[in-house]
Amino acid sequence: MLEIKNLHVKLEEEDKQILKGVDLEVEAGKVHAIMGPNGSGKSTLSYVLSGRDGYEVTDGSATLLGEDLLDMDVEERAAAGLFLAFQYPVEIPGVGNMTFLRTAVNAQRKARGEEEMSSADFLKVIRARAKELKIDAEMLKRPVNVGFSGGEKKRNEILQMAMLEPKMCILDETDSGLDVDAMKLVADGVNALRDEGRGFLVITHYQRLLDHIKPDVVHIMANGRIIKTGGPELALEVEQNGYADIMSEVA
Amino acid sequence: MALPQAKQDVTEARIAALSLPEGGWAEPARREALARVRAMGLPNARDEYWKFTRPDTLVSAEAPAARVLETGEAPLFDSRDRLKLVFVDGVFSAEESDDLSLEGVTIDRLAEAKDIHWAKELYGTLEARGQEPVARPLAALNTAFATDGLLIHVTGKPSKPISLIYRHVSDSSDAILHHVIKVDAGAEATILENGPAAARFNKCMEVDLAAGARLHHVRAQGRDHERRAATHVFARLEKESVFKSFTLSVNGAMTRNEVVVEFTGDDGVAHVAGACMGDGDFHHDDTVFVTHDAVNCESRQVFKKVLRNGATGVFQGKILVKPDAQKTDGYQISQSLLLDEDSQFLAKPELEIYADDVACSHGSTSGAIDEDGLFYLRARGVPRGTAEDLLTIAFIAEAVQEVDDESLQEDLVERVAGWLARRRG
Ligand SMILES: Nc1ncnc2c1ncn2[C@@H]1O[C@H](COP(=O)(O)OP(=O)(O)OP(=O)(O)O)[C@@H](O)[C@H]1O
Ligand SMILES: [Mg+2]
Repeated sequence: MLEIKNLHVKLEEEDKQILKGVDLEVEAGKVHAIMGPNGSGKSTLSYVLSGRDGYEVTDGSATLLGEDLLDMDVEERAAAGLFLAFQYPVEIPGVGNMTFLRTAVNAQRKARGEEEMSSADFLKVIRARAKELKIDAEMLKRPVNVGFSGGEKKRNEILQMAMLEPKMCILDETDSGLDVDAMKLVADGVNALRDEGRGFLVITHYQRLLDHIKPDVVHIMANGRIIKTGGPELALEVEQNGYADIMSEVA
Repeated sequence: MALPQAKQDVTEARIAALSLPEGGWAEPARREALARVRAMGLPNARDEYWKFTRPDTLVSAEAPAARVLETGEAPLFDSRDRLKLVFVDGVFSAEESDDLSLEGVTIDRLAEAKDIHWAKELYGTLEARGQEPVARPLAALNTAFATDGLLIHVTGKPSKPISLIYRHVSDSSDAILHHVIKVDAGAEATILENGPAAARFNKCMEVDLAAGARLHHVRAQGRDHERRAATHVFARLEKESVFKSFTLSVNGAMTRNEVVVEFTGDDGVAHVAGACMGDGDFHHDDTVFVTHDAVNCESRQVFKKVLRNGATGVFQGKILVKPDAQKTDGYQISQSLLLDEDSQFLAKPELEIYADDVACSHGSTSGAIDEDGLFYLRARGVPRGTAEDLLTIAFIAEAVQEVDDESLQEDLVERVAGWLARRRG
């Protein structure tokens, strides 16, 4: 599904190398988790994959279903099936949540040569999905993320994911700032989307989320590299002992 | 004080090119206005109030020619139920207009001057009041020489909007229109204005609101790239009256819209808002002056300008709070969205407050499209162009939302969307 090879990334404006050779492959139907200390490059990886400005790929490659991601425009990557749930969802005053989502869904369909969704169908689907995530109708009408609480923003990301039905979902700290109940809602939302044809890359600091979203593989990222890969037990190890042991072990 | 010779020459040349309509009830007011013009002189580039906008094409004896533009788009408001009143190159066209009778309002033509008319008390009166503390000579020129216009007396609540439609037919038309709108106590109406009026257009609208009266004014200027327009709205608000005026301006080589609001009764509300879309050889100036001279009145000024390709936007807005105008709530915001580095926004926001128990705030900003918002939208699959348009429409939303009627808001936004789409090709 998602194949990242020897990815080297530096900041465009500064001579600062952030990713120093990332290798990672997420297979369809699998959930991979990435953990790692603050500043290790996890969000940078997610931004580079989704095409944000400000980064320069100096070496390596990233493909989605065999297609070169790094060569595509941001919106093309989305239409190809890549989705990033932002660590910090952006507020967009003046653009209604509903308008935004309908525009996005139909833009992606159009880009893929599919038929657009009618307003009536769209309404039906979004109402059902929003209800599952306990997002009320009033929130759908409000401008995108404006005045949303931290937890509401994260749930809104999951709603978008549910509506767009991407093939490869990257979740960047979608659990941070969530209360226990909201965490459960978000995890349920993710689990509902788990299926054979879809891959997940879940970035998190806490084992707690992984209790709800059971990962198949856990990676530890430090200093711009994946330094260790293992099963779910690796997350437990981090939870108990922190990163020091793993990092000294590798070094 | 004598005017500088150059100013006097320009003023006299302009006056000489016009003829003052004689006879009828308005003539004394016209003669007084002419005296005001001569005393003030027409504006020139040295005047402080015209620091950001060159008045030369607005005051020259001959109007610069302007081509009539065909966009192929259906005119704004076309599909709504309204009382249509059409002006062609500044002349009222009875043929193209609806019958003037509508319950709750009486409408007469200024050009059909009779000896007695209710408008006699108002014509030129609000304009003259609006000459202090800042001179507005083009408005006085208008009062003196206006050849046509409507005298609208709202006595009840007409069932549909009164829609003034302008049509520009001749490349060299130079129109001067003056409307007077008097809204009786408790009465309420909506006035719509749209369409290109003339190659050069000088328009003045005096609005007198009695206690508890309400007037909604929504206008659109557009479909004429080479337009040169100077417009004035003078509104006087008595107790508990409400005045809401919104203008969408699209294109135009030179547009100066002045709105002068005066609260003379307590608890009034005045919202003056505008959104403008400028491309290339475009200059748009919103000049607003709100005087609070009564207790507990609320005023809002909300102006948004989208500028690209070297377009220029100007905002001069003032809130003046007189010593007894306690509990004034004054708000003013002017913002520009610069779609490239060649465009510019010049703003002069001012507060002048002599009362102590007031809440006034103002702000002015200028910025490019929000990159984070753009990335977020694109990351969801919205193509760059569409995303930019969404953000641009979002930018003007705060101004458009000043229009109470949501279906009118939709019509206005649709225009803006069309304008943006045409520019993306
Ligand atoms: N645009 C930028 N300008 C300057 N520094 C940047 C930029 N983007 C990333 N960095 C730096 O790159 C490093 C990696 O940042 P990144 O946000 O990817 O870390 P992270 O692993 O997601 O951390 P956290 O767990 O705190 O979210 C940090 O040192 C960060 O300061
Ligand atoms: Mg991060």
